[in-house]
Amino acid sequence: MAWEIVVGIETHTQLRTRSKMFSGAATAFGAPPNAQASAVDIALPGVLPVANAAAVEMAVKFGLAVGGVINRRSVFARKNYFYPDLPKGYQISQYEIPIVAGGVLKIALAAGEKTVRLTRAHLEEDAGKSLHEDYHGMTGIDLNRAGTPLLEIVSEPDLRGAKEAVAYARTLHDLVTWIHICDGNMEEGSFRCDANVSVRRVGDKNLGTRSETKNLNSFVFMEQAIEFEARRQIELLENGGMVVQETRLYDPEKGETRPMRTKEDAHDYRYFPDPDLLPLVVSDSMIEKIRASLPKSRGDLRKELIESYGLTPAQAQVLTSNIETSTFALSTFAGQPKEAWPNLANWIAGPLAARLNRENKAISDSNVTPEQLKELYGFVASGVISSSAATGVVLPAMWDGEGGAARIIAQRDLKQMSDTGALEKIVDEVLAKNAKQVEDYRAGRQKAFNSLVGQVMKATQGKANPGQVNQILKAKLGR
Amino acid sequence: MLDSGLGELQAALAARRVSSVELTQLYLGRIRDLNGPLNAFITVDEKTSLEQARRADERRARGAVGPLTGIPVAHKDIFCTRQLRTTCGSKMLEHYTSPYDAHVVEQFERAGAVQLGKTNMDEFAMGSSNETSYFGPVRNPWDRNRVPGGSSGGSAVAVAARMAPVATGTDTGGSIRQPAALTGVCGLKPTYGLVSRYGMVAFASSLDQGGPMARSAADLALLLNVMAGHDARDSTSLPRAKEDYTRGLALPLNGLRIGLPREYFGEGVEPGVRDCVRAALGWFEKQGARTVPVELPNAALAVPVYYVLAPAEASSNLSRFDGVRYGHRAKEFADLADMYCRTRAEGFGAEVKRRILVGTYVLSHGYYDAYYLKAQKVRRLIARDFAAAFAQCDLIMGPTTPGTAFALGAKMDDPVQMYLNDIFTIPAPLAGLPALSVPCGFDAQGLPVGLQMMGNHFAEAMLLGAAHQYQRATDWHQRVPKEAPL
Repeated sequence: MAWEIVVGIETHTQLRTRSKMFSGAATAFGAPPNAQASAVDIALPGVLPVANAAAVEMAVKFGLAVGGVINRRSVFARKNYFYPDLPKGYQISQYEIPIVAGGVLKIALAAGEKTVRLTRAHLEEDAGKSLHEDYHGMTGIDLNRAGTPLLEIVSEPDLRGAKEAVAYARTLHDLVTWIHICDGNMEEGSFRCDANVSVRRVGDKNLGTRSETKNLNSFVFMEQAIEFEARRQIELLENGGMVVQETRLYDPEKGETRPMRTKEDAHDYRYFPDPDLLPLVVSDSMIEKIRASLPKSRGDLRKELIESYGLTPAQAQVLTSNIETSTFALSTFAGQPKEAWPNLANWIAGPLAARLNRENKAISDSNVTPEQLKELYGFVASGVISSSAATGVVLPAMWDGEGGAARIIAQRDLKQMSDTGALEKIVDEVLAKNAKQVEDYRAGRQKAFNSLVGQVMKATQGKANPGQVNQILKAKLGR
Repeated sequence: MLDSGLGELQAALAARRVSSVELTQLYLGRIRDLNGPLNAFITVDEKTSLEQARRADERRARGAVGPLTGIPVAHKDIFCTRQLRTTCGSKMLEHYTSPYDAHVVEQFERAGAVQLGKTNMDEFAMGSSNETSYFGPVRNPWDRNRVPGGSSGGSAVAVAARMAPVATGTDTGGSIRQPAALTGVCGLKPTYGLVSRYGMVAFASSLDQGGPMARSAADLALLLNVMAGHDARDSTSLPRAKEDYTRGLALPLNGLRIGLPREYFGEGVEPGVRDCVRAALGWFEKQGARTVPVELPNAALAVPVYYVLAPAEASSNLSRFDGVRYGHRAKEFADLADMYCRTRAEGFGAEVKRRILVGTYVLSHGYYDAYYLKAQKVRRLIARDFAAAFAQCDLIMGPTTPGTAFALGAKMDDPVQMYLNDIFTIPAPLAGLPALSVPCGFDAQGLPVGLQMMGNHFAEAMLLGAAHQYQRATDWHQRVPKEAPL
């Protein structure tokens, strides 16, 4: 009989707060070791934790986005164990009563949409890092990460196989970045998954014994690890063996999982409510405020851009690549006439996106503002400048800080040529210099015509009206 | 001068009859004379104290005067201080100096006080006799062969022996009130959440509360004015408006309803203690107060409940002392686990280890429900008993301890007997209630007896008023200990 692979995923998402879960220290990545460890993070004698309100809001935001129950009263608990990068000797987490219970995530599969149930999502703090390399035979401890806020999101064992698990993880990644609670940077560990994998005979109602593979920080590794793990368990069972409940690590170099610790030497974490923190109370008004701030889902917004804004699916895709871009686009569209939207969308999805990409900037740091784009569009719509001048000259100049559209147009003398005589003269010159293209065109090659238009536009520094150029060229070429 | 209360010291400083430097020198001299035999202080740094006193005198000269400007204060060595090491009575922190001041210490600094030194205490505040201190036992100035109580024994003795005019303490199960009773001084444990725990080395977080120790209730009120107040760094600190705790000192006793719990007057209370407490209650009745019997049926469970909950929290709170970042670390070890084991085996004393073991046990998988959870439920029942009692009375009174100061070493081999010394002080912190101890006489051996008063939440002003009225009519608190003559 065939085997069924059953997977549940636990995801640690680092919340994008400025300060830590229980201290005022910064959370930015990449600072020198221990530069961002406060007295609270080091767990000096006498220090006390204070819960970060921004992290709580983000957890609520997630709960609302997945339709979970927001527990009005949740409890922080201590998870006790000794490790050098765990300064207090316990991690503050939520145990019996998490902030979010239940909820669902809909994932798209080849066979159609699947609804994955979530068990819970709870707030906790991250541990520090042990650095095992090159400390004169000793281990270094970096507590910069200690206390960083995490939302641990736990799925039910609803996923069947590696592909579904990855689809789930991608969808979750997409959601937490879209609602802006996590930067999604997997290399820096902002989004890491543990996979609980078990196998059973198809039709079997009971779950098999599971293993937990920790810290999968890429979708590729996740798929490989789950596939390896399922294969390993199936082989084991088919050879009459038993799966042991244990924690395993994936080694991407060897493409295999290895045992880390078994249930027998599992810690007794001695969870109990943290007496330093009062129960976390979330009010109805806070929930309503957060609900109102939730963005439309990416799918809904994409649909709206296509159906109501008249954009192409490709444009809609780019404009919803992240929440900052969609916010930028919507504020650019605001107050503009309908016919302006595709043009404005083109600028954002085209030259602006390319420039941001080249300079490795987020759109929130763009040199060009939505207001500037609106102004620029006004000059194109009224025929003052050509669309190509706007794209090719004004936009780059704006980016480089030459000021607003009006100023750049004036300074660079970009007003469209309205003198037909002068344009005809330029067209004649271009035709004279490009006998080969003229010949090609007459032989029926449309490409040659486009090239001639380009030559004229270039000769006029983009100031010619392309429609007019087309007309004159066609007349002169005898068609 | 050594015998003066805060009011007299403030007046003397204001009238320039004495400078803060002179006053500080006076107490430092007294410490030099008496600390050898009494061992009340772990750390004294004369230079630091005198420098602070000099600056206090400068501020006074400029007219920048706070409520305690120039007055020397001794801090229990559980409060973190930047200028003096903070050992918490343990080898684990023998050489530890905090990079920050506790909230309470900041409050005293803001009020203008001078730090006189850090007082001895039971290791990590775990003890009722001050014998668990790594720095040796504190001795009772009424009889050097007897204990001063604990864990704030150093602070109590410093005040009783006039080595400091006032001191800070902390109370988890009686650590302010019990040593106050055994040394003949006053001590107040405020309502939980009134005094910030930030910078107070944690023993049992849900019970720990800082409070003042002094010879008079009037001084306690002045000190509480300085210590109390909301602190955003402590999530359990109550966001309440500041109060003036001296406002109720003139409390009229006529009509005051004093609850007497049957459980506090039964067997096990020494006759000397019982007689003094009865006499004090008789005085209150003569002033027009009315005594009413009240019941605290679950009070008998307070000691076992406490010895489940406090060790549970302590076992977790003390995990940070692992030798990794600060404090004692074993010199030799084979691997990480061995480093932890040796560091903690060497750094902690027997009582601390006992409580870590008990606490770890009651939180363990399979035992949590039977011990920790059950204890939490009984804790709520005890709080409910008090709520019912305070529907019938304004204050509850009784002995602070079942007996007077016992001999050094007498109970060290029997932890249960030691724990039972706190039988009357443990219920109030379990319910988060304020309670104080005020001297009410001496037993046949000439050892001081304490009268305990417990109030409803935030009833500090009433407690202080009742104690102050009693002290106006009695001189127990003015008696000078035999072994620390002026």
